[in-house]
Amino acid sequence: MAKFITKRVVQMLLLFIVFLTVVFFLLEAQPGDLSQQYIGNPEIPPEQKALLAERLGLDKPVGARYLAYMGNFFTGNLGNSLSQWPRPVSEMIVEALPRTLVLFLSATLLAYYLGFMTGKVLAWRRGKFTEYALTLGGVGLYTVFYPWFALLMIWGFGFMLSEWVGFRVFPISKFIDVQDWVGSPFTVNDVFLRMITVAALSMLAAAITTIIARRRLELGPALRVRNFAFLIGVLYPFVYFYMSPMRAYAGDIFHHTLLPVMTLSLVAFAGIMLLTRASMLETLREDFILTARAKGLSEKVIRDRHAARNALLPVVTSLVLALAFVIGGGIITETVFSWPGIGLLLLTAVTVEDIPLAIGCLSIIAVLALFGHLVADIIYMYLDPRIRYQ
Amino acid sequence: MTDLDTKATPSLRMREPEKLDDELLEPEKLWRVRLRLARKTFARNWKLFSRNKIGLVGLTIIGLFALMAVLHPILMDRVWDPAIYDPVKGYDAVVTEFVIVEEVSDPFHEISLADAQLRTNPFVEVGETVSIPLQPAPPSKAHWLGTDPVGRDILSQLMYSTRAAFALGAIAALFAVFIATTIGSVAAFYGGWLDAVLMRFADLVLLVPLIPILIVVSALFNLNLPLLGILLGVLSGFGGTAIVLKSQALSVTVKPFVDAARVAGGSNRHIIFRHIIPNVLPLSFLYMMFTVTDAISLEATLSFLGLMNTPMSWGIMIYTTHSQGYLLSGTHYWWLLIPAGMAVTLVAASFFLVGRAMDEVINPRLRRR
Repeated sequence: MAKFITKRVVQMLLLFIVFLTVVFFLLEAQPGDLSQQYIGNPEIPPEQKALLAERLGLDKPVGARYLAYMGNFFTGNLGNSLSQWPRPVSEMIVEALPRTLVLFLSATLLAYYLGFMTGKVLAWRRGKFTEYALTLGGVGLYTVFYPWFALLMIWGFGFMLSEWVGFRVFPISKFIDVQDWVGSPFTVNDVFLRMITVAALSMLAAAITTIIARRRLELGPALRVRNFAFLIGVLYPFVYFYMSPMRAYAGDIFHHTLLPVMTLSLVAFAGIMLLTRASMLETLREDFILTARAKGLSEKVIRDRHAARNALLPVVTSLVLALAFVIGGGIITETVFSWPGIGLLLLTAVTVEDIPLAIGCLSIIAVLALFGHLVADIIYMYLDPRIRYQ
Repeated sequence: MTDLDTKATPSLRMREPEKLDDELLEPEKLWRVRLRLARKTFARNWKLFSRNKIGLVGLTIIGLFALMAVLHPILMDRVWDPAIYDPVKGYDAVVTEFVIVEEVSDPFHEISLADAQLRTNPFVEVGETVSIPLQPAPPSKAHWLGTDPVGRDILSQLMYSTRAAFALGAIAALFAVFIATTIGSVAAFYGGWLDAVLMRFADLVLLVPLIPILIVVSALFNLNLPLLGILLGVLSGFGGTAIVLKSQALSVTVKPFVDAARVAGGSNRHIIFRHIIPNVLPLSFLYMMFTVTDAISLEATLSFLGLMNTPMSWGIMIYTTHSQGYLLSGTHYWWLLIPAGMAVTLVAASFFLVGRAMDEVINPRLRRR
C-alpha cells in the first residue's frame, strides 16, 4: 500500500514538472516576450535596457533560463506581482488559497454525498415518474451554461427571495460585508482560518471515532456511533463560534459562503447523480444481484449493500474528471460572486496582464488538481480490495 | 457499424452466371455493395436511435438552430437593413411613447413626472404623452426579441452567434477526433513505450483543468474563434478522447480479423487504416458530439469572462447584460439574459443528448432489455 502511494506521488511530481515545462515554453512562445513588458518602454536608454535584461537573466540562453525558472519555483519564489508591485506572488496566493479550498472542498463533498444518494435511488426506480423528472433535471443542470446559471441563482435566491421574504436570505456577492467589520479586533483571514481549523478538527475527531467504533463494536452499534459522531462533528463548529467573541464575524463569512457553495455543488451534483445512476443500472444486471434477491434479502439491503457498493467504484474514478469540472466551475463561481479566491485572482491578473501572478495562480491550481487526483487514487485504492491487499 | 449482416450477403450471390469474376471485383460494383450495406446499417441504426425520444428532441433542436444559422446571412442580405440589424455595428433608435403619470404601474407605457422631465424637457406635465428613445427596447414588430443596451437587435445577434458556435464546434470536433483516432489507434496497435508516453501525456492533459489554462492563454495570445477551436480540439484530442478511443482500439486489435489481415500480408499501415480505424470511428463520432458540447459552453464561458477576441457570441451577449448592470432587473429585461443563456444551454444540451442516444446505438449494453 505504501509502495503504491509512493509510486503515485513520484508520478505526480513528474507530471507536475512536465506541466511547469509546458507553461515555461508557453511563456516563451508568446508574441513579444516577457522582456518587452518590463523593458519595452521607449524612454529607457539602451544601456539601461541591457543592464535590466542582464539583471533579469533575459540575456541567458533558453536552457539556463529554464533551469533558473524551475529552481525558483521549487524554492517558493514565484516572483513579484506586476499589478501590485512589489508584493510577492506567493504571499497573494497564500492569502487567497484557503477561500478557494473551502469553496472547492465543501462543494465537492456535498455534491458527491447527495449525488450518490440520489443516483442510487433513481436507478432503483427506473421507469417511474420521479426517475424521468430527476434525470431530465439532472441533464439540464449538467449541461446548463454555468455562468448563466450562477447569475440566475443570484437573481433568484440572492435578490428575488430576499424581496419576497422581506429580509436578506442570501447575500448577492463578496466575501464579507465591509461595514460590519469596521472596528473589528480580528482580521478576515484570522477568523476564516480559525473557522477552517475548527471545522476540520471536529470532522477529523468524528472520523477517528468512527474508525475506532468500527474496530471495537459490532456493525449495528458502530453505524449508530458513526451517525452520532458526524452529527456532533457538524454541529460542534456552530456551537464553538456561537460561544466565541468572533460570533458576528464568523457568521458574516458563513452567510456569504452559502450561496456560492450551493450553486457550485448543485451543478457538480447533477453530474455525479447521472453517473451513479448509469453505474447502478449496470450493476443491477449482475448475477450477484439476482442471487441476493433469490436469497430473499430485503430491497434496501440489496440496494445499499450489494448494488451501491459496487456502483461506487466508477463514480470514484470519475472524481478526477469532476475535479477538473469543479476547478473550472470554481473560477466562474468566484468571478460571478466576486469571491476573492485563486480563480478571481487569476482572472484579474490576466485582465491587467500581470503575467507572474497569472502563472503563479495557474501553477497552484495545477497543484490542487494533482493533489486531488492523488486523493482520488488513494480512496480508490482503499475501496478496491484488488489493490488494497496487494 | 461494420458488422456484416447475413441479410445483406445474398445480394452479393445473386448475380447472373454470365458475369465474369473480374467484373465482380470491379471497384464500382464493390462501391455499390458498400453503399447498399451502409444504407442498411444506417436504417437499422436510425431505428435504434429514433427509439430514444430524448435524442430525437436534441436532433430537432440542433436542426432548428442550424436553420437559424443558415437564415441569418440571407436575412441580412435580403430583408434586414445592415445599418439597423448588424449584430455588432447596427443601431436602431427605437422611440417609445410614454404617458406621464403620478404613480407608475405599467413601466412599459407609463413614466413618472420626474423621470420624464429628466429625459425630455422640464416643461412636460402629468397626462401628456412623450416619445423617448429607449434602449434596451422591449420586443416589437421590428425587433422580435428587442434590442440590447446599445440598441442592437437581439435576434440578429442570436442568429449570428449560432453560426459562430457551430463553426467553432465543428473545428474543435474535427481536430479532436482526427488526433484522438490516430493517437488511440497507433498507441493500441504498437503498444510499448509509444503507448506509455502517449497515455501519460493524455493523463496530464486530462488532469489539468482547461479553463485556467485558456484564461492564461488568452493573456499571452490573441484568442479568437479559430484558435480556440484548434486549441480545444488538440487538448481534447490528446486528452480524454484519446484515452477512450485507445481502449476501443485495443479491443479491436485483438480481434481475429486483424490477425487474418496480418497473415494475408497486410502492412501495419494497412491494418491501422483499413481495419482498426473503421472500427473505432463510430465511437469517434460519438465523442465529436461531446467535444461540440464542451466547445460551445467553453467559448461562451470565456466570452462571458471577457477574454475572447470575437465580435459577437452568446457569451458576449450575457457579458454585455452583466457588465451594463441589467442583471438584477429580473424579468423586466428578460430578453437580455434569457435568449442567449437558453441558446447556449439548449444547443450544448442537444449535442449532449444526441451523443447519449448515439451511445445507445453503439454500445448495446446500454440498451434496455
